[in-house]
Amino acid sequence: MIKEMELSDLTVNQKIEPLLKPPITKVQLAQYAGASGDFNPLHLDDKFARKIGMEGVIAHGMLVMGFLGEYVMKIAAQQAKIEKFNMRFGKMTFPGDEIRCSAIVEQKYEENGKRYIALDLTAEKNSGEIVGAGSAVLQLLS
Amino acid sequence: MDLDKSVIGLKSEKYVFEVEKRHVYQFASAIGDDNLLYTDQEYAKQSPYEGMIVPPTFPVAMNNGDVELPLQLDHRRMLHGEQEFLYYQPIRIGDRLHCQMKVSDLYDREGKSGKMQFLVLDTEMKDKQGELVCISRMNIIYRQLTKT
Repeated sequence: MIKEMELSDLTVNQKIEPLLKPPITKVQLAQYAGASGDFNPLHLDDKFARKIGMEGVIAHGMLVMGFLGEYVMKIAAQQAKIEKFNMRFGKMTFPGDEIRCSAIVEQKYEENGKRYIALDLTAEKNSGEIVGAGSAVLQLLS
Repeated sequence: MDLDKSVIGLKSEKYVFEVEKRHVYQFASAIGDDNLLYTDQEYAKQSPYEGMIVPPTFPVAMNNGDVELPLQLDHRRMLHGEQEFLYYQPIRIGDRLHCQMKVSDLYDREGKSGKMQFLVLDTEMKDKQGELVCISRMNIIYRQLTKT
């Protein structure tokens, strides 16, 4: 669990404690399909996935972004609101993969009297392969 | 067939999406996200949001699947390259949001395997007063099919 930190104390280039997600399961992919509405058989049906050259199903890319979203909200906690959040999709993710979400403070700035923190975000496998990379802009509250 | 610039500005029919507690719970559970802001009204009331909100990526679930753009796309050529969310107001459980998809941009890039097109699709979500709540932005790589 990520320790709550004082966001205003963060410094540029500071690395934030990562979030390690449990291994992805096929049950989770089925649950995510139901909740998100993405029923592409590539994520649900091993036979279909094998027909198009995969070893089996692959995880929804947006599930990985869901992990990063969880992470960013843990960082923001009660001190900030997310204003913007993006992710570029990277390598394919498979059942069994454990995803580690990490962040580096890229920028702190003020605009129109409001204070912001920009984070560079990465989601990667144990192997170090990057499955998602992006950023979030948090607006500090109070 | 490649897309041309005339697709910029195309819009879907408007639709209304109601944010339901059970759906939000299922979505957060599927991610394994245990943040009480999404599930616990008393906890959420004490937060800066003053009520329950949705997880950051929930807007991707806010399409019933029957709304489409007036555009013929070859889904085999489509790769979801990037996803972005712009938040203007929190999305709350119980909200009824007025949504519409639109083609915001189309541009070309040269790639290793030839020309690639990038299609930017925005779903704009507004409250009943017409104020913008969220934009969910999908950047699609529309690539050449590999010849088989």
